[in-house]
Amino acid sequence: MTEAATKANGSSPPPETMAWDSRSRRVVMVYVPLACFVLILLFPFYWMTITAFKPNAELYDYKRYNPFWIGSPTLDHLYMLLFETAYPRWLWTTMLVAVCATVLSLVSSTLAAYAIQRLRFRGSGYVGLAIYLAYLVPPSILFIPLATMVFQLGLFDTPFALILTYPTFLIPFCTWLLIGYFKSIPYELEECALMDGATRLQILRRITLPLAVPGLISAGIFSFTLSWNEFIYALAFIQSSENKTVPVAILTELVTGDVYQWGALMAGSLLGSLPVALFYSFFVDYYVSSLTGAVKE
Amino acid sequence: MADVSIRQARKSYGSTKVLHGVDVSIGDGEFVVLVGPSGCGKSTLLRMIAGLENITEGEIAIGGKVVNTVPPKDRDIAMVFQNYALYPHMTVRENMAFSMMLAKAPADVIEAEVQRAAKILGLDVLLDRYPRQLSGGQRQRVAMGRAIVRDPQVFLFDEPLSNLDAKLRVQMRSEIKELHQRLKVTTVYVTHDQIEAMTMADQIVVMNGGRIEQSGAPLDLYDTPANLFVAGFIGSPAMNLLSGRVRDGAFHADGGAVMPLPPGAPPTATTYGIRPEHLRLDDAGIAASIIVVEPTGSETQVSLNIGETHLLGAFRERVMGRHGDTLMISPDLDLVHLFGPDGRRL
Repeated sequence: MTEAATKANGSSPPPETMAWDSRSRRVVMVYVPLACFVLILLFPFYWMTITAFKPNAELYDYKRYNPFWIGSPTLDHLYMLLFETAYPRWLWTTMLVAVCATVLSLVSSTLAAYAIQRLRFRGSGYVGLAIYLAYLVPPSILFIPLATMVFQLGLFDTPFALILTYPTFLIPFCTWLLIGYFKSIPYELEECALMDGATRLQILRRITLPLAVPGLISAGIFSFTLSWNEFIYALAFIQSSENKTVPVAILTELVTGDVYQWGALMAGSLLGSLPVALFYSFFVDYYVSSLTGAVKE
Repeated sequence: MADVSIRQARKSYGSTKVLHGVDVSIGDGEFVVLVGPSGCGKSTLLRMIAGLENITEGEIAIGGKVVNTVPPKDRDIAMVFQNYALYPHMTVRENMAFSMMLAKAPADVIEAEVQRAAKILGLDVLLDRYPRQLSGGQRQRVAMGRAIVRDPQVFLFDEPLSNLDAKLRVQMRSEIKELHQRLKVTTVYVTHDQIEAMTMADQIVVMNGGRIEQSGAPLDLYDTPANLFVAGFIGSPAMNLLSGRVRDGAFHADGGAVMPLPPGAPPTATTYGIRPEHLRLDDAGIAASIIVVEPTGSETQVSLNIGETHLLGAFRERVMGRHGDTLMISPDLDLVHLFGPDGRRL
């Protein structure tokens, strides 16, 4: 029977779609759109990189120099950035704020998400909704009352002002991401652990969290990136130059009057992007798996 | 090992009542199967024994001690879940050792117990694998191994074979039964498959709509079903149940069939039950028209019509016939079941 079926298949002409389902089809349907996409996405990075290494003469004269290429690369902008400004300090502050806010948010959201998803206490659904609603209040409105609180707590112009205010938008986001991830972990695993003699905290630590690692990494990456790039709170709550974060500092310290120091600005942006890019590249597998799949037994 | 006794157990979710006062008595070392259609409350009852669901009313005692408020970990029971619930990030060894690790048992004792359970179940070579690297049957065995390691007073199984293919199911069925005979641990097993119930149980509890319809030894339920539900549920293929009434010493079914009655049959019978395997080929019997003939090798199942009355027959003989042919049959009068208007056995 199988043999006959195989023979019949072998002798029949290939379906017409096969011709279209070939390399040319893949080129038109996959590679060309992908190439356009990559080109559009990567062009700003390319522009940023070449600007960072162009001498000022090339930067301001597109008639004599090709704007898309560097004639004689220079490290002047990088040197100026690293040794003539407080850039290393800005970078350190940004890193400190991003890491602390991320850790704080992850710990809080893990506990909140676990409680809402698994403990199912009375009103847990409303708590989840309330956290979500908090996320909907835009930072451009929230920073006014937050500023009052920051002042009253005496945190103005310190990194704590940012470490404690960033979780206002990070915790709702991470909580919802983790609620979704915890939901994908079979509840029976926890019941089984309960019968095996585990306490709630042991279940969280030894069963749920190890299985939620992709979700935690995903939430961590989002938090880190959002904290790293945050602008409004950093602009409003920090005044002194040395306490500024990179996104605010390069804009306020490298634009003097109406003079844009494009080379230093772009070098600052380039260096500022590297930690996030590195962070992503280490965890990209976990990140993708958390967005595409649940726990597989 | 311990006996389990469930007394007037009730369960409600808000205003929805799931169990309406259930009484089950499970002897020490007994293998009891809770069987019934989906939604009959059998899994809820099992989870109440496990401590995973609260008991709304009534009480459950394990080894003579009422456990209503005792948390699952202190009930000394082990449960095998429908989808095994193996911890995916742990190896087979870690899965099996987890409960003892939580109990802070010494490492050598844990290893010895894991090895003992692995030997019983033939898992020795799989101890360092992860659940995702195992087949369905192997996962099932690991789930049982995890239960054995704990050396519990009671084993609970929640439809453990429903995710396996037919062949593996038969194999695992006999493995579970053999394991029970070897370990002699009190076992409560939930299934919706009455064949599993019949082949494995010392005692079957048939449940429907949150109530117990009948409980007893498998063959008692098969031979003397207490009501129409049990009659239709136990036995495969299912019993023929013809509604009608008794007139002139015979049972006149609604579809027109006239079935002979055993001597002394009560005149109030409104349902006539005869199992397909209790119909015989008989030249002096009733003429029935063949609808479909299904030979299975060991027997032949034949769909029949007597007038408008539909019947299924299962014969040891090889019946050769086609749609529309006539077959002469008669019921084995000793094995006819009669039920009254309330559905109870007469």
